[in-house]
Amino acid sequence: MLVGPLLAVAWRAEGWGGLRASDWAALRFTLGQAAVSAALSVLLAVPVARALARRAFPGRGAVILLLGAPFILPTIVAVLGLVAAFGRSGWLGALGVEADVYGPQGIVLAHVFLNMPLAVRLLLQGWAAVPGERLRLAASLGMGPADVFRTVEWPMLRAVVPGVALVIFLLCTTSFAVVLTLGGGPRATTVELAIYQAFRFDFDLGRAAMLAGLQLALGAVAALATLRLALPGGPGAGLDRAHRRWDAGGRWLRAQDALAVALACAFLLGPMAAVLGGGLGALADLPASVWAAALRSLAVAVAAAVLTAAVALPMALAVARGRSWVELVGTLAVTASPLVLGVGLYVLILPVANPVAWALPVTAGVNVALSVPFALRALIPAMRDLEAGHGRLAEALGMRGRTWLRLVALPRLARPLGYAMGLAAALAAGDLGVIALFARPGDATLPLALYQLMGSYRLEEAKAAALILVAMSLGLFWIMERGARWRS
Amino acid sequence: MRHATPIATGLTLIASAASAETLTVYAPDYFASEWGPGPAIAEAFAAATGHEVAYVTGDLLPRLRLEGDATSADVVIGLDTANMEAARATGLFAPHGVDTSDLDMPVEWADDTFLPFNWSHAAFVHDVDRLAEAPDSFAALLEAPDDLRIVVQDPRASVSGLALALWVHEVFGDGAADAWAALADNVVTVTAGWSEAYGLFTEGEADMVLSFTTSPAYHMIAEGDDTVRAAIFPEGHYLMVETAALVAEAPNAAAARAFMDFVLDPAFQAVIPTGNWSFPAKAAGPLPDGFDRLALPERVLAYTPEGAEAARAAAVAAFEEGMAR
Repeated sequence: MLVGPLLAVAWRAEGWGGLRASDWAALRFTLGQAAVSAALSVLLAVPVARALARRAFPGRGAVILLLGAPFILPTIVAVLGLVAAFGRSGWLGALGVEADVYGPQGIVLAHVFLNMPLAVRLLLQGWAAVPGERLRLAASLGMGPADVFRTVEWPMLRAVVPGVALVIFLLCTTSFAVVLTLGGGPRATTVELAIYQAFRFDFDLGRAAMLAGLQLALGAVAALATLRLALPGGPGAGLDRAHRRWDAGGRWLRAQDALAVALACAFLLGPMAAVLGGGLGALADLPASVWAAALRSLAVAVAAAVLTAAVALPMALAVARGRSWVELVGTLAVTASPLVLGVGLYVLILPVANPVAWALPVTAGVNVALSVPFALRALIPAMRDLEAGHGRLAEALGMRGRTWLRLVALPRLARPLGYAMGLAAALAAGDLGVIALFARPGDATLPLALYQLMGSYRLEEAKAAALILVAMSLGLFWIMERGARWRS
Repeated sequence: MRHATPIATGLTLIASAASAETLTVYAPDYFASEWGPGPAIAEAFAAATGHEVAYVTGDLLPRLRLEGDATSADVVIGLDTANMEAARATGLFAPHGVDTSDLDMPVEWADDTFLPFNWSHAAFVHDVDRLAEAPDSFAALLEAPDDLRIVVQDPRASVSGLALALWVHEVFGDGAADAWAALADNVVTVTAGWSEAYGLFTEGEADMVLSFTTSPAYHMIAEGDDTVRAAIFPEGHYLMVETAALVAEAPNAAAARAFMDFVLDPAFQAVIPTGNWSFPAKAAGPLPDGFDRLALPERVLAYTPEGAEAARAAAVAAFEEGMAR
């Protein structure tokens, strides 16, 4: 799924001109911005996830759900939202703050905006996987918040953070429309843009394949290095009971957590509200075809979610049982250039069928590949704990296959699995990669309809389409997560 | 006689059903989408000839090159001056065979492969409520104070961005990179496509946006808003011509030929002004109200296809070099 399309593109290349000096500059820039973006996303996510993990308050579920929304926004909507909040014509500008969102700071801002939600959710999974018994033990030993952090939370973070940072880093390496638009000009040229140019304007498939291969290789190096850093979490399994936090009662800590959550909400939800609110008025004007496109996206999303679960579960189990190369392969999918992936699949399908007729299934398939890395990040820590805590017992009882899945795995993996499926569904619903490359108008998905509206001056209607997209993605997310929890 | 008409109609229907083909037309997304001219043109074509049109959208030229002789396209619509020569080099196209001596275009059209269907000029568009006085020349734009904010498209990723690069190349020649460097202070940002740039402009992020002289027509006609204007520069404006071309080995040859003959037909051309928001290549009558109020350049900068192909690399390099200074 990763290498095939790349080789297909390389195979069709008509010449190998090598890379230009500007390609190397693009590579350096790509890696630099991705590293800063990933580090900042994770760093800022830790206090927010910690606050959400140790507090119960009315509306907490809704906050967690909504905080996930920026990650699934189409990039063009995210950019407009950020501009509406931080741009010249935006809220900050109205308050008299002269902030310049265009430049390196804009790129990092956008990437933190898009990816911090993912980090928060993945870290929250990590916190949720900490057995309540450890916290109980810590409390009975009279540990304060600092000690709990050192002995319980820090080992969990050391196990989870490297993988989360890696996924976000890789994700940021293939970003290009956001980087270009908020980067303010050609200094903000990424490898993906160079690939795009090589393909669209120069039709230099050799160069496109080489750049994509380079990107993949660097992703592999980064993945190898990072996954080595990740240490296993603390010892001992729990009885899967709900947590009570004895260490977080202080007024200062409460204020700190409230502040973290409030700031995250303002930062993540403000820009979204700004752009989506503009679509409310045009919602009624949308023609039936946009709703039909929404249904098509829904079908693609559900298919992608189910397939992602089917692929990611056995992979996570293999990783938990020591085959760590599976984790590497699964993680790398995120480094695949979306354009090369699409073009490669086009070339591969062309001899056997009309790719245009296969646009929707291919969209679902590509999104499964792109969702597996996130699914693995959510599933692997839980699967490791499961294997460490229950593996031997299950083995001794001879539980295998379906029985194991039903009695041991699914009840304990329900949360991360539901999250993974929700994420896959939302990503597939919002994806524009493949469908933009080979579509017929009758097959338009919701994101494509959104771009078509924007391409014909209809910004208000495009915002309304974005509103439907976000509502649908969040709805899918909610249903999948709820469904998984309910089942357990 | 009263019964003759239905019978004749019935016979015509049977006759056309027997020979009706479904024509595959490769077109850009904005053309074939519900909000573009594509659907109305397909309907008019079906009414006139009985042939159905199925659009396939996406990147035209890269896809044609990937498919080569195996392409299922009958007609390709939307190739413009900047990529015509590269498209011709694929050897996939046949002469259009349509008379182009009597077009409503600012230049003579002699190309026998690419048949123009609409045109406009690249231009910087502004809203008089936000920017009352736009720079009155390209030179004045370069020297504009830094607080004049413009947003443009990247020539490496967008057709309109490439149009600007070629425009700058034509106006400033060897000084193109310097011109870009002078423009850089005013460029808020460079976007991957027209939609992002125009969206930023509409949202008030920029005072001017790279678009077309016909963009104000959308605001006048569809929104009743006549505050959006194109700034006209005496140095001249890049002429953007979009064309249709016939695939030599078209699987539905008869229908493809009929479509080419239909391109300059009043039924096709009447859809263009408010469908693609540009000037029809052969006007089907008076243009809709609003088009007469558009500001248009006296001087038009028209590349030949060969000229555009030859200038492309240097024009893009000047953008990269000047903007990075």
